[in-house]
Amino acid sequence: MKKSKERSIFITICVAPAVILFIIFMMIPTFNVFKMSLYKWGGYSNNKQFVGLNNFKILMEDTNFFRSFQNTVLLIVCVTIVTMALSLIFAAILSREKIKGQNLFRIIFYIPNILSVVVISAIFSAIYDPNSGLLNSIIGIFRGSDKTPILWLGDQKLVIYSLVIAMIWQAIGYYMVMYMASMASVPESLYESANLEGAGKVHQFFSITLPLIWTNVRTTLTFFVISSINLSFLIVKALTNGGPDGATEVFLSYMYKQAYTNSSYGYGMAIGVVVFLFSFGLSALINFATKREPLEF
Amino acid sequence: MQEKKELNFSKLYKIFVYVALLALAVSIVVPVGWVFLASIKENSEFYGNPWTLPKGIYFQNFIDAFEKAKMGEYFMNSVLVTVLALAILLVVALPAAYVLARYRFFGSKVINVLFMGGLFINVNYIVVPIFLMFVDADKFLRNLTGDGFFLNNLFVVALVYAATALPFTIYLLSGFFVTIPRDYEEAAYMDGSSYFRTMVQIMMPMALPSIITVILFNFLSFWNEYIISMTLLTKDSKTLPVGLMQLMQAQKAAANYGQLYAGLVIVMLPTLILYILVQKKLTQGMSLGGLKG
Repeated sequence: MKKSKERSIFITICVAPAVILFIIFMMIPTFNVFKMSLYKWGGYSNNKQFVGLNNFKILMEDTNFFRSFQNTVLLIVCVTIVTMALSLIFAAILSREKIKGQNLFRIIFYIPNILSVVVISAIFSAIYDPNSGLLNSIIGIFRGSDKTPILWLGDQKLVIYSLVIAMIWQAIGYYMVMYMASMASVPESLYESANLEGAGKVHQFFSITLPLIWTNVRTTLTFFVISSINLSFLIVKALTNGGPDGATEVFLSYMYKQAYTNSSYGYGMAIGVVVFLFSFGLSALINFATKREPLEF
Repeated sequence: MQEKKELNFSKLYKIFVYVALLALAVSIVVPVGWVFLASIKENSEFYGNPWTLPKGIYFQNFIDAFEKAKMGEYFMNSVLVTVLALAILLVVALPAAYVLARYRFFGSKVINVLFMGGLFINVNYIVVPIFLMFVDADKFLRNLTGDGFFLNNLFVVALVYAATALPFTIYLLSGFFVTIPRDYEEAAYMDGSSYFRTMVQIMMPMALPSIITVILFNFLSFWNEYIISMTLLTKDSKTLPVGLMQLMQAQKAAANYGQLYAGLVIVMLPTLILYILVQKKLTQGMSLGGLKG
């Protein structure tokens, strides 16, 4: 009896602080996002007015919001496809081929992941600078430096793809290292017998490597959506701040702008609700669409 | 004939592989290396061709960044916030992860599910309500004591960092604790060791590799974080990345390139040094965790 009381005291002391912090700083704020989306509220004043779903009605007609929606989807689609494909290919190469300096490549590819997004943004604004940028000065060699410089971050059509490149640059190493870790657990004997049967490298990749690490790919894809929504915000905030003229506004940057610059917290949180639903929905969809019978080895 | 063709193909393939690898490596090393070179250039060297090597080592950039742009002060703030957040995180997350992984009790399932769900909530989704919560709390305090506490407080920023890192950290640590055989604890209890002593003296030392992984990942994310610290620290005391953003904006107006790149080096050097020292641990640790927010 005494033992069981001691046990529950021990358990409470260990778990309670984590649960309390989690409730205060994660659950209540999450709940508040949903609650505040139903109010019209300037933030600092106590003047909260319940408006039901009115914020969402306004949202449906907000062309700026649709633009941020489009940009987010475009970024997610482009970045996901390219990052996943490249990191899988590079992981396969580095773990299957005999490459000189293999370890060095792995170390280098991971570097962008340890840099702050602010640092990455500063690096890319040096790369994209129209006059003395690294990229334009290289391109200038080929097309002659007298032409008008390419405005990587100033051209409304181009700027979103400049962001895509920055995001891929940031993410590729992380996913590559992760896939390398799971590829290492695929038994060598499978490749040996495939070699004996004369299966080519591409064939081996699609019929051995990919199916066997599929569970891992699925998990990363599911979380990739959430981290891309987040990362696109971080990069946009530091690199373009939504500009030029809203051309790179994404979900969270628009939410942040509405909440702080515009002080319409209720409206901002309505955007937050859409972000939540969108990211959960998309994660669930990906999870469902990529479902396969798990292969054992 | 057939064999020769195959040989050619595999040679071409090999060349293609190296070109691809080198291209990616160059795209990473060159810009990062360029920043280091740029940080010792004089301001006049930034006009014209960006590929020229620095004429000499102009160390004044770093002195300016540290003093004029207050990067020295921000550096100390960042160190303080990161260390505090890591300390809070470990003290809170380690016992919780241990108990959640190894004890069944009333509500343990619900708590586990909650923390798993927390993995899907990104901090930046909820930064606005967190900010408003502190605004309210400060308003309340100001009425009582005449002074606010929560906003512009480095300790509070550290607390928010630690709290929002809990789901990932607990997930990673309990993943390890689950794998330890029951025998260790049973033997300890037989010897009359208390629950608490068993956890601290027997289980935690075994978890050391996982704990190091947790520290590494969270160090990087706390050191590099800027949205929360930008939102919660509205006055003079800032963390490094926010200070760097300020420099970026100031540079657009006043073209103070040297200072900006010196600031960049100040922000990334600690993470780069740490990474070079522990890169094996870090990339190995990823197979433990398998994901990040």
